[in-house]
Formats: sequence, C-alpha cells, structure tokens
Amino acid sequence: MTATQAWLEPREEGDAFVLALGGAWGVDNLAAIDNDLRRLHPGKRRCSIDITEVSRLDTAGAWAIWRTRQNWESDGATVELVGVTDDHQVLLDAVGKQHMEAQRPPRAPNAFIEMVVHLGEVTVDIAKEAADLLAFLGQITVALGRHALNPGRLRAKSLVFHMQEAGLNAIPIVGLMSFLIGIVLAFQGASQLQRFGAEVFVVNLVAISVLREIGVLMTAIIVAGRSGSAFTAQIGSMKVNEEIDAMRALGLDPIEVLVLPRLLALVITLPLLAFVADLLGLLGGGLMAWIVLGISPGTFIERLNDAIGQWTFWVGIIKAPVFAFTIAMIGCYEGLQVGGSAESVGQRTTRAVVEAIFLVIMIDAVFSIFYQLVGI
Amino acid sequence: MTVAGARDLAIHIKGLRTQFGEQVIHDGLDLDVEKGEILGVVGGSGTGKSVLLRTIIGLNRPAAGTVEVLGQEVSDERSERQRSLERRWGVLFQDGALFSSLTVAENIQVPLKEHVKLKGALLHEIAALKVRMVGLPPEAGAKYPSELSGGMRKRAGLARALALDPEILFLDEPTAGLDPIGAAAFDQLILDLQAALGLTVFMVTHDLDSLHTICDRIAVLADRKVKLIGPMEVMLQSEHPWVREYFHGPRARAALAATGS
Repeated sequence: MTATQAWLEPREEGDAFVLALGGAWGVDNLAAIDNDLRRLHPGKRRCSIDITEVSRLDTAGAWAIWRTRQNWESDGATVELVGVTDDHQVLLDAVGKQHMEAQRPPRAPNAFIEMVVHLGEVTVDIAKEAADLLAFLGQITVALGRHALNPGRLRAKSLVFHMQEAGLNAIPIVGLMSFLIGIVLAFQGASQLQRFGAEVFVVNLVAISVLREIGVLMTAIIVAGRSGSAFTAQIGSMKVNEEIDAMRALGLDPIEVLVLPRLLALVITLPLLAFVADLLGLLGGGLMAWIVLGISPGTFIERLNDAIGQWTFWVGIIKAPVFAFTIAMIGCYEGLQVGGSAESVGQRTTRAVVEAIFLVIMIDAVFSIFYQLVGI
Repeated sequence: MTVAGARDLAIHIKGLRTQFGEQVIHDGLDLDVEKGEILGVVGGSGTGKSVLLRTIIGLNRPAAGTVEVLGQEVSDERSERQRSLERRWGVLFQDGALFSSLTVAENIQVPLKEHVKLKGALLHEIAALKVRMVGLPPEAGAKYPSELSGGMRKRAGLARALALDPEILFLDEPTAGLDPIGAAAFDQLILDLQAALGLTVFMVTHDLDSLHTICDRIAVLADRKVKLIGPMEVMLQSEHPWVREYFHGPRARAALAATGS
C-alpha cells in the first residue's frame, strides 16, 4: 500500500536542519501541504531534504521540492537532497532545467487607473473605428464603381440568394410587427382623440406616422437585428477560418465577393419590405378604427386620400435604401474586423447590431431635419 | 498503484466497431497498449486513426465491442467514474484545441482548478512550470491562443494535456506543423516524460522520425483493423504493400539513415 497523503516533518539534527518528506507528492495533494512548506525558513546553515519516504512523485511535487531548495539556497543555506532515486532525479532535472524563479501572480493594478486607461482606450478605438469605417466606405464605392462600368462582374447567384434570405424570408416577421403597430397606434390615438370628438383624425395619425416614420424605421431595425448580425457572423466565421485570407491569396476581392452581394441585396429588398410594412400598418390601423370607432373601410380610404399628400409615402420609402446601405456596411465591416477567436465573432456581432440601429435612428433624425428644411 | 507481475494493459480494445451511418470505419478491431510504452498509430488517410483516438477517450460511442482504459470501461456518460478516468489521461488535439477566450496559462489552470482545486501562488507556479517544460517562452503564458503560431499552440495544448501529470497521453499528430528542431525537441520531451513518469503514450503520427526514435511499437491501421503491430523491425520486414511503401519509401529511407538503425 502506498500513502495517499503527502507529509513533511522538519527536525533539528545538531546544528543542521533536516526536512523529511514522505507519501505521495503529486499534484492532487500538494495544495494541502504547500503552505506549510512555504513557511519553513531554516536560515543560513546546513540543511538536507530527505525524500527517501516519498512513494510517488510527479512534476508538480518535484517542482515544490526544487523550489524549496532554491529558496533556501538564496537565503544562504547549503541544501542537500537525500534519498533521491534515479526516477526522482530525472523528474527533478526536468523541472530544474527550466531555471525558474518562483513566479508571483501578476498584481491587480489600481482600479481607478484601470478605469482611466480604459476610457482612453475606448476613445482612441472609437476614433480609429470611425476612420476605418470611412475607408471601408471608400473601398465599397470603388468596387461599386467597377461594377457600374462592368455589370457582368456582379455575382448574380449570391445576390439573389441574399435577397431571398434577407428580404423574402423577412416578410412574415416584418408584416406581423407592422400590423400590430398599426393596431396599437389606432387604438391609442382613438382613446385620446375621442375626448375632442376628433376621432376621425385617427386615420391621419395612423397614415402619416406609419408611412413617414414607423413603417420604414421598424423594418430597418428588424433587418439590422436579423440580417446585419447574420452578415457579421458569416463573414466573421470565415475570417476565423482563414477563408478571407485564402480568397485574397486566390486573387478574389472579399469586398466584391462577400460585401457587394449582401449590400446590394439589402438595398434592393429593404424598400420592398418597407412597402409591405406600410401596407400592413395601414391595414392594422384601419381594422382597429373600424372595430373601435366604427369608421368603415370606405370612409377610411376616403379620409386616407385627404390625409396624405403626394410626398407622404415617398418621404418614408426614400430613407429605406440609405438605411439598408448603412446596415449592410456595418454588418460586413464588423465581420471583416473579427480577429482570431470565436469569442470575437460574438462581440463583433453584438457591436454590428447596436451600431447599425444607432446609425439608422441618427440618419432618420437627419432626414427629419432635411425634410423640415425643404418643407415636405 | 498497480500490482507488478503480469504485464499491465493501459488500453485494451476488443472487437471494436465504429460507424457513421452506413460508413463503417473500424470492424472487429483489437488493440492492446501496455503500460509505459509509446505506441505510434499509422495508416492512410481515412483509415480512422483520429476516430480511434476519439473512441478510446469516449468522444465517439462504438457500435460494438469494448474499450477499456486502465482497467475501466470507457463510456460517453458524464458519470463520476468517467470523470475520474478522464483525470488520468491527457489529450492533445490536432490544432491544440485551446479555449480561445483564455490565455495559455489560464488554459493550463483549467484542469488544475477543476480537478485538484489548486489555488493561489502554487496554481500560477505549476502553470508557469508546464509552459516552460514544453519549451515555450515564459511570456507565452499571458498570451491568447490567437496570438500564437501553430507550433506554439501545439505546445500550449501539450502543456494543458500534461497539467495533471496524466498516466496516459493521447497525441493526435503532435509533430505535424513543427519545424524539425521543434519536432525533435518534442520527441525528446515525450521520451523524458515517459522515463520520469512511466507515461503511456498513444500517438497518431505520420512523422517517420518520431516513429523511429521514440515509438516502442507501431500499429498499422488498414482494412478497418489493426493490420500489423510491432516494433520497427517488424514493420521493415512486412510484405504488406502499403506497409512496404510507407516504411521503404524515399522519406522513410532518409529517416532510417538518420537514426542509423
């Protein structure tokens, strides 16, 4: 039988210090004994470490013994190992060959300094990212220019595939959401406007808010969450897999092969999706107006004609390609920024969605100001 | 501790059959690996070398047959028995398979924390020791796997496999992608560890130099079975066409001349 515990026994022999070790000096029972071992400081004198009784030794145990010897010797002691078998010697040599000073775990830096450093890093990152994004926009513009001169370069199969993925397959969710928002708008509007006896203006409320803002904005937000993130994850995984490098090495331009089909697919399909959203938003609003206020479909359509001008619909739809361009550009850009690891794919995907939604809303605000200035 | 006397088996495989759908990889495969030996497994592409390794460590469920490691049957259940068995082997996957969100040192600390609950200074020391033992520079410990070269990732993977001083080491093409100096150092490292710890090594390899210099026995996988097993002399005398081509090809002759056997 072998002992399953490791033990140590310090004793004085004349003016010498003897440390007897025994049992199984393995990684699994070292934790129990390491603190005791560290506490021994014999000082400047003759010492010996007797490992005759050690029944099992592995590299961790050998390290503990070697470290003890090293520490004592640096304190000025002379240390002798006793009872070392050939097997033990091989292990001690393997460990000792590494010439290690006992390493301390890195000390955690001051929390406040960490925070300031982090703030600085984030600021620099944002500036750098803005510059990179601008450069990326330039690359896309050049690639688009090349395609305009030579339309045969366009990867039609890929374009159609992404139009189906990002456009056609998004119709159910976009339509349902828009329909529900139409219902909510009409319902909330009705209860407010009824107080003034102006319930018929619910039609104006629903029509103008859905057509000008909500239809296209909500579609863009859904597409950013649905397709923008997918673009980042797809391109990011390819980056991790070195597929992007392989493409470059084969003389293919990733912008042309990966980015443009996705970008064009979104620019084409987002306005169509926004149109679907407009229709279903009006349908939901009309349905609710009929149920709650008793405005018949005929009256609704009549009021609709009065409420919207020739620009109301276009004011919303014009924004769609701009939103699409932004979402696709951010999605692809973040995908290409993925570095080495799987974790990075996740981080970049999150960033892509957040940035795309933020930019979409910001651009929407800019459009509002613009429309105000030109008076439509 | 085991009883001395009759030869102890580290791995005992009997009548193993593995298949993926219709595709049969192994059929009636028998293989015994003795304790303390270094076994090299060779075979053409698609003969299931890596699949065999994965089956032994319980990542694939065999369709039939038994796999015993250190006298215990391997299963793919997450039982306490299986866990204690897993603690006794170390695995180096082909590309290191390091956890990408952790640094190299943290990767090595994972088994140390998980299985033996090491803490504090000792944990860092042992991790640093393993980093140096596999021939990585000390500063590599603080790096993330994506910041390392392929060869360094492989060494870091070995350091993690060695964290608990396992009894059996499974290596999947350990020297592939290493420069000759690094590969020779890797071979020497495995020999040293084997001598010091009585390690059993199960190694899938194509490196003829490794086969010559460190393998005690070589197993050839062909026709869904272990076609031939034995030391290098047996391989060199075999009449099997694939074995002849493998061990008598131009590269094999160069390796043979280099080791001078």
